[in-house]
Amino acid sequence: MVILFAVFLLTLLVLTAVAIVRTENLFVAVMLTGIFSLLMAANFFVLDAADVALTEAAIGAGITTVLFLGALALTAEHEKSVSAGRWLSMGVVVVTTLILVYATFDKPRLGDPEAPVHLHVAPWYLEETPELIGIPNVVTAILGSFRGYDTLGELFVIFTACIGVLFLLSGPRGQHLPPDDMALSSTAHGLRHHLIPKVVGRLLIPFIVLFGFYVQFHGEYGPGGGFQAGAIVAAGIILYALLEGEAQALKAVPRSVLMGMVIGGAMLYGAVGIAGIALGGNFLDYSVLADNPVKGQQFGILVIELGVGITVCGALLSIFHAFAAREPV
Amino acid sequence: MDSAIDVLSWILLTLGGAFVFVGGLGALRLPNFYTRMHAASLTDSMASILILLGIMLQAGWSLAAIKLLAILAFLLLTGPTASYALANSALLSGLKPGNSPADSTEN
Repeated sequence: MVILFAVFLLTLLVLTAVAIVRTENLFVAVMLTGIFSLLMAANFFVLDAADVALTEAAIGAGITTVLFLGALALTAEHEKSVSAGRWLSMGVVVVTTLILVYATFDKPRLGDPEAPVHLHVAPWYLEETPELIGIPNVVTAILGSFRGYDTLGELFVIFTACIGVLFLLSGPRGQHLPPDDMALSSTAHGLRHHLIPKVVGRLLIPFIVLFGFYVQFHGEYGPGGGFQAGAIVAAGIILYALLEGEAQALKAVPRSVLMGMVIGGAMLYGAVGIAGIALGGNFLDYSVLADNPVKGQQFGILVIELGVGITVCGALLSIFHAFAAREPV
Repeated sequence: MDSAIDVLSWILLTLGGAFVFVGGLGALRLPNFYTRMHAASLTDSMASILILLGIMLQAGWSLAAIKLLAILAFLLLTGPTASYALANSALLSGLKPGNSPADSTEN
């Protein structure tokens, strides 16, 4: 049954991918990428990777679509036709595909318990998590504690990406308009005159943000954690910006606060690592943070997940505002 | 009792599936944007009610049923709103409701 679902979803994925390549209307392509991400999330869920599915649905299908639409509003809706170099790119794609297909012959079967990935460190993580960390969600334990360095690296990737986008987009145009001018420009009004979306949106935003906090602080027990929660909270605030206008959203969460979130979250994560050193352990070793090593691990994971959530939320909102503040070229 | 609930649940699920099918058929076959959207919105209102009620009967009194109820409430709020917003923006961007087959190309 699972195989049937997986084959169905993967077939739809291929069809969507072909449709994305073939369409020349960029708006349609953006909508199709949203559908692609949602199918991918369903596929991850079928494979029992609920944490990844949640991330893909929140970031891939939700926020990326909004960012793409924001970028699209600044440019044209139709793809420029390029004919030069078509055969070259076709050749590269065909060769790469053949190499990838050839590589799959060496791949172990799906779910094979003898696969190398299941024989290396994974059994150790599964066995030791209840004892060393004492939380039910092994994914959070691996992400937060065993592979804390990797997650710190990921967080700094997001941090750097946010800085990069802000450098690229915050040119002289639009960015430095005083608030009054912003309110006058048509894009800043949002959907203020559309009663039904506004009423329903206002009703939903508190619940979306609440769900974000649930995902944040329940990450040790169920699927979730900082990355997902940051994206969900950011989605709630972006919905607010779409409904009430960008200026209003900036009034609620100003740029300085967003910058503080992006930097503060990353620094919070780093500070937990330094605190570990200061208390006599290794960098990102949470066992020394409380009198009981297991308690210390749980506390450390909670704090670093909070740092991740704050940075992700701030970064996504900063990027959204950077797009929204630009005038169309 | 259990089999009665099972039968009721399967009736709901089948009806919901039928609504999804009709909605999909309508979205493909109806002549213009507004009628097609009408068919599509059938999927996310009627079909989601029936299917989620069917699954709730399967879940019985449990946390899963409450979660499904929350999902249902969420879908009932967002689905029609999205349909409204879509139709509204189509009307505002100048797509007139009508029977001409030319409309169908403007999707």
